[in-house]
Amino acid sequence: MTNVAPAISTATTDKRGWYARNQIAVTPWLFLAPGILFFAVYVIIPIFQSFNISLYRWDGLGEATYIGLANYQELTTDRAFEISLWNNVKWLALYLLAIPMGLGIALFLNQTVTGIRLYKSLFFFPFVISQVVVGLVFSWFYLPKEGLLNAALGVVGLGPINILGDPTLATYGIIAAGLWPQTAYCMILYLTGLNAVDPEQVEAARLDGAKGHKMLWYVILPQLKPATFIAFVVTIIGALRSFDLISIMTNGGPFGSTRVLSFYMYEKALAEFGFRMGYGAAIAVVLFLIMLFFIAYFLFSMWREERAER
Amino acid sequence: MFPTPIQQTSRQWQLTYQSLLPVALIVWLAPLIAVMVFSIKPDADFTNGNYWGVPSSFEGFTNYGRVFFDSDMPRYLLNSLLITVPTVIGTIALSCMTGFALGIYKFRGNLLIFFMFIAGNFVPFQILMVPVRDLTLTLNLYDTKTGLVLFHIAFQTGFCTLFMRNFIRALPFPLIEAARVEGVAEWRIFVFVVLPLMKPAIAALAVLVFTFIWNDYFWAIVLTQGPDSQPVTAGITSFNSEFRAAYHLMSAGSIVAALPPVAMFFLMQKHFIAGLTLGAVK
Repeated sequence: MTNVAPAISTATTDKRGWYARNQIAVTPWLFLAPGILFFAVYVIIPIFQSFNISLYRWDGLGEATYIGLANYQELTTDRAFEISLWNNVKWLALYLLAIPMGLGIALFLNQTVTGIRLYKSLFFFPFVISQVVVGLVFSWFYLPKEGLLNAALGVVGLGPINILGDPTLATYGIIAAGLWPQTAYCMILYLTGLNAVDPEQVEAARLDGAKGHKMLWYVILPQLKPATFIAFVVTIIGALRSFDLISIMTNGGPFGSTRVLSFYMYEKALAEFGFRMGYGAAIAVVLFLIMLFFIAYFLFSMWREERAER
Repeated sequence: MFPTPIQQTSRQWQLTYQSLLPVALIVWLAPLIAVMVFSIKPDADFTNGNYWGVPSSFEGFTNYGRVFFDSDMPRYLLNSLLITVPTVIGTIALSCMTGFALGIYKFRGNLLIFFMFIAGNFVPFQILMVPVRDLTLTLNLYDTKTGLVLFHIAFQTGFCTLFMRNFIRALPFPLIEAARVEGVAEWRIFVFVVLPLMKPAIAALAVLVFTFIWNDYFWAIVLTQGPDSQPVTAGITSFNSEFRAAYHLMSAGSIVAALPPVAMFFLMQKHFIAGLTLGAVK
């Protein structure tokens, strides 16, 4: 009985409410609204605000004075900025070592022997620990008197060296600490990738006489391409985000030799006497533009894939 | 399988491999093992210069006891928990919705919004620092846990939307079409059809976001100060200045600070790795 009614009503005009009729067009926007609101307020708009603040002299409390590009002009003659920029380059270049190192460990652990699962988890362990603790652990590891590194070097008759106290070595010491969790991350990416490698292709290649590094280069690595891409993305982002380790291990010293842009920005804007928000924002803009170059590349690659899927 | 399974190689290499494994692991974790050893040593070992010898007595309980009863550490831990848990809940709620909208519906601007979330997720924190700190001050939320939670929810939504959207994309679409034909309202499709299928994604993101937020340091020092609202990552620095050069206590303190995400990882390993390696396999 009740089933008859709708057939008549739809034949004339749709008497359902506006929402019911436009459900499919409206629902996504209703679902997106809270997320977009939060993201816009805390992420998208602040980016533009930072660009704006970088044109002002501002201590964060009083009146801001418009000074045009004077902050950027000051950057060109700022020796500390130059050092930070160079250190960022070092971070970027050396951090990428995490990718081959992670692949190496993944190949080493990609076996089925008893207890291998536990080994994999324990190798991955450093990534789970906060960078603050990694920083502490490594600064104690490097201690000239109490540290394990110098104890080990002493056995071989070398050292002692005070890595974090030496302006020429300190940055490398911190990067090494950063490589520890990053390598673990790349390792887990490659272990997952290796798991999905097509065994038939490997067998076929074996029959054709491929083995060792030739097999790795021509058969395995092409299949690991998605893992390599993600490892590349997270490593680049990680390198440019480095802040915690520097802040914990050396606080930018000795003599400012371990600063990177992210740390120098924080120092200028919040940590030093007399906050310089405008100058800090200018440094952040430079860092952002460097990052933007990579972000654009990542997005382009992802967009191409989205296209291919359709 | 690559490399060649160890079972198919010579007996000699098999034995070498089996003995190489533990050695490699010890070398890999050496800095951490050192800290663990430090944390159970008595104070006297440090003054006597016995850094690497056998601990003269086992002081694990004393050291960890002092961390828990003699410092602000429990407070920092509680703060971390009160920051992390609401963030996880908020982020998951928001990103389930955004992921659903972007994964199911075809509309103009879909891809653009999706890419906005991804791009925002890659941005350096410093470009957000001054305006976000300013906003938090204006909202009267500076040095509160709420201020930190709100920002974390917003920022993590970027990454989580990427994750959720791709996960929902992989669900069988005919399921949704069938529900539509039945005349089920769209929000009901979300609640009764899609949400139950998203459990693994929710689990994976919950552990990941928990770890990310627990381990956050930068925003903790930018948006909070003092033991009232600082999480343990920021609190550990004041803990360390309180116990300057008392390596046994500082070691015990940092192990305690690092423990919750570690426990999370071992309990939810499968989900954790599934979340981290998203996209690593086609």
